[in-house]
Amino acid sequence: MSLVDYAHRNRLHRVGARPSLPRYLADAWSRRDFAIAMAKYKIEAANQRNRLGMLWIFIKPTLNALMYGLIFGVLQGSNRPENFPMHVVIGVFLFEFFSTSMNNGAKSITGNGALVQSLAFPRITLPLSTVIQQLMTLVPMLGVMVVYILILGAPIRAEWLLMIPLVAIFTVFNLGVALIGARLTVHIRDLTQLLPLVTRILFYTSGVLFAIDRILAPYPWAVALFDFHPLHEVLSIARGLLMPGGEFNPIYWLYFSVWALAVFVAGVLFFWAAEERYGRVD
Amino acid sequence: MAESTKTGEEVLNETAADGRKPVVVVDSLHVKYQVHAGGRPVKGTGRALLNRAGRGIRTVHALKGVSFTAYENESIGIIGSNGSGKSTLMRALVGLTPPSDGAVYASSRPNLLGVGAALIPDLSGEKNIQLGGLALGFSKQEIGRLRDDIVEFAELEDFIDLPMRTYSSGMQARLKFAIAASKQHEILIVDEALAVGDQRFRQRSEARIREIRENAGTVFLVSHSMKSVLDTCSRVIWINKGELMMDGDPREVVDAYKETKK
Repeated sequence: MSLVDYAHRNRLHRVGARPSLPRYLADAWSRRDFAIAMAKYKIEAANQRNRLGMLWIFIKPTLNALMYGLIFGVLQGSNRPENFPMHVVIGVFLFEFFSTSMNNGAKSITGNGALVQSLAFPRITLPLSTVIQQLMTLVPMLGVMVVYILILGAPIRAEWLLMIPLVAIFTVFNLGVALIGARLTVHIRDLTQLLPLVTRILFYTSGVLFAIDRILAPYPWAVALFDFHPLHEVLSIARGLLMPGGEFNPIYWLYFSVWALAVFVAGVLFFWAAEERYGRVD
Repeated sequence: MAESTKTGEEVLNETAADGRKPVVVVDSLHVKYQVHAGGRPVKGTGRALLNRAGRGIRTVHALKGVSFTAYENESIGIIGSNGSGKSTLMRALVGLTPPSDGAVYASSRPNLLGVGAALIPDLSGEKNIQLGGLALGFSKQEIGRLRDDIVEFAELEDFIDLPMRTYSSGMQARLKFAIAASKQHEILIVDEALAVGDQRFRQRSEARIREIRENAGTVFLVSHSMKSVLDTCSRVIWINKGELMMDGDPREVVDAYKETKK
């Protein structure tokens, strides 16, 4: 009999062993208060020392929108989409939710090394907490966005309420992306250097500033391809819902939901599979 | 007791005979760290950048096949000089450092006494108690009940609403200790360096550690103080350069350890 058999006969479990998926998710669920508290307190701590405090949550994307609006408004000339200021505001504010989720999610394990090495809890709590933090930031941002749109002359419509399920699906999508990013950077730290570039690429290819169908009008096949771009889908739906006379293909709801679900499930499985790896120092 | 590193078989033969209940089994545990050594990259090969081995990766073999079994209600001291692998062994025991070979088995997950990494210096002591408590696995209700005790033990009644970064290092250490010490564990690992603060608080925290130790089922005590090891431990394990040198009666092991230090 070996020590292993001896351990098993006395009903000892291997320490640090990855639990089964249902067990893992149940553990993570029981730690939800921790994830929420960490998200809440990190927002508080991050803004506490700035003079304008929480106001920066609105100021930063507003300045971004102004800058992009001016530069790309001039550059695009007559190719500008209709209601260009509204187009940009919705694009920039919603894209911010995605990019911060992806970037901070990717750093959620590598950036919390001391925590990962000193306390035992399901590591999925960390990327989850990051995305919760971004969602908590998004909600007041959406409020400001709505104010801007009203100022820009959009009439209030009942369809606006559909933003709630849209943000819910978007959150699921972002969580999936954050989980995949979190594990990848554990294996390859260098990825954090590439992420700003990836963010830029996605920013310019998801139609944050352009109307895809106008810019790519000479290439119908390319426009058709954008039907399957998840970020283009979510921005199109949001604009269709919020802007006066906005239109979008309703099938985007289905496409985006499938994307979100697929990325989320893939993310959870991918992240869980390496659970034992996250504390390792090398 | 046998000297030098024992194999799994030998440990087993010693332990299988009596009827005590094992709670932790460490089976030929190896831990290796891969560290980027800060040397100059190899010149002229052109592969240097991609070939990670060429960039001076050093493998540190921190634990080289440690085996032992710990039983219920044992209090085990871990001794050894700096860099001998004590901390690595403790981290492997709680499952935070994955073994490169071998494994640790336990009846429930062993815990380290410590919570510092979960706290956020920019937040008030009050909020850090919440956060630290949740990180330790308490529910919100439990933290509500424990809160007053923690504040009182840390002696921070007047400062609990101030940001933690404004605390003196002693006050911060007291708060961290008070939060961490609020939890009871079945298998507990105590690093004696945890006794912190000024003379008076040190005595109180030592008393608290003793209390926790008495309530916990099995305790590992990492210490450089031979006196406290002899005072409190029923068994001592001596680690040197990643190998288990000796395991047994506190007096014998401590004497043998001291002998090599001369």
